[in-house]
Amino acid sequence: MIEIRNVSKWYGEFQVLANCTTRVSKGEVVVVCGPSGSGKSTLIKCVNGLEPFQQGDVVVDGISVSAKDTNLPKLRARIGMVFQNFELFPHMSVIDNITLAQIKVLGRSREDAIEKAHALLKRVGLTEQAPKYPGQLSGGQQQRVAIARGLAMDPIAMLFDEPTSALDPEMINEVLDVMVELAQEGMTMMVVTHEMGFARKVAHRVIFMDRGEIVEDAVKEDFFGKPRSERAQHFLSKILHH
Amino acid sequence: MDFSVFLQPAFSGGGTYLDWVLSGTKWTLLVSILAWIIAFIVGSVLGVLRTTPLAVLRAPATVYVEVFRNVPLLVQMFIWYFVLPEIVPLGMGDWMKTRMPMPEFWNAVLCLGFYTASRVAEQVRSGIQSIPIGQTYAGLAMGLTRGQVYRHVLLPMGYRIVIPPLTSEFLTIFKNSSVALTIGVLELTAQARQISEYTFRTFEAFTVATVIYVLITLVVTVGMRTLENKVRVPGYIGSAGK
Repeated sequence: MIEIRNVSKWYGEFQVLANCTTRVSKGEVVVVCGPSGSGKSTLIKCVNGLEPFQQGDVVVDGISVSAKDTNLPKLRARIGMVFQNFELFPHMSVIDNITLAQIKVLGRSREDAIEKAHALLKRVGLTEQAPKYPGQLSGGQQQRVAIARGLAMDPIAMLFDEPTSALDPEMINEVLDVMVELAQEGMTMMVVTHEMGFARKVAHRVIFMDRGEIVEDAVKEDFFGKPRSERAQHFLSKILHH
Repeated sequence: MDFSVFLQPAFSGGGTYLDWVLSGTKWTLLVSILAWIIAFIVGSVLGVLRTTPLAVLRAPATVYVEVFRNVPLLVQMFIWYFVLPEIVPLGMGDWMKTRMPMPEFWNAVLCLGFYTASRVAEQVRSGIQSIPIGQTYAGLAMGLTRGQVYRHVLLPMGYRIVIPPLTSEFLTIFKNSSVALTIGVLELTAQARQISEYTFRTFEAFTVATVIYVLITLVVTVGMRTLENKVRVPGYIGSAGK
């Protein structure tokens, strides 16, 4: 479904991604973790071409992200993305946030889009919030709306870029619950997160990144059981024991 | 102090000096409002261009802003009125000098409009650039084209953010319109000066002009404040007003 092939990226002299290669198969949940500055957010933004890269290629459902003739908006519309800071549009109501791309990108009728939005809001437990504005919601509620907004496009995969990092601790679970449910329904997901509980529960594979490299790419049991690299062991010991 | 002078028959034109004042007010309003329409449209386009990722679009907009913002308005007024007809193709120059209807008025409108456009452009640019990059990412990630991101995400918030500084520019255009008297537009200041020359009632003439300028700017300020409140985003921190 998602193939990342030898992707390298530089900001000037500084290399942020070094020869990254991995893949996410249909229905697979892959968690990407690593210390800050390790390039994990940059990597996930390469998947839908938000971050350009200088070498290698990313192929989503057979379509190259970097090829000149690729219709990027069309490709992106098929991949949902959820951001650390929610990035709901503040001047639009919750319902308008969820219907905008359905109408403008997919060409759905307003009625169909609203119906879809209501169904998704129900699913993330926010039926009552439809007419409100993002600024009137809590962080956890905003992030659940953002997930609903992504799902409204009927995506073939969902990307999550540190979806709980900007949340107050008491709101993390309401968002993780929605993500766990999504994973259990078989959604293809690539998730940048430090929530190792989430990884243990639903991930199939865990990727560990450090200094722009994919240091470890292992099935969940192996990653948590016996990480091969010293850097991954060190990272795990730091985030698991406190 | 004797304001009854305004009810005396004027030296020419058949009416009273009050009619001169009203006529001057009319031309001040016409020059300013037409110039504002030009400034808002041209300035918005330039402001957007200055934020695009394409250097070929950014560069000309930057040159425009630097040139128009840094040449004194008075000099620009003279260039539009006296120099432009000499440097355009001969036929057009002749038309401007002999057959163009109300050349002082239209040159003043164009001059003030294109000058203020450079200032509006800077406000629009700063408004757009104050929006976090994540908003653009979110728009692109859901499949919107860059144009759609501007239309639905960046401009609606950007304009809201810059209503207060745009109000200042709008007020300034009424005050700057007095420069049009130098090329012969009989706007409010010109009429006040003329009345003072014919009646020696300098104090009265300029007091009335002052009061009218203040009234105009008060109306604009209240109008813009009303607009600001009307488009205020519920729950959005950082929006002005209560």
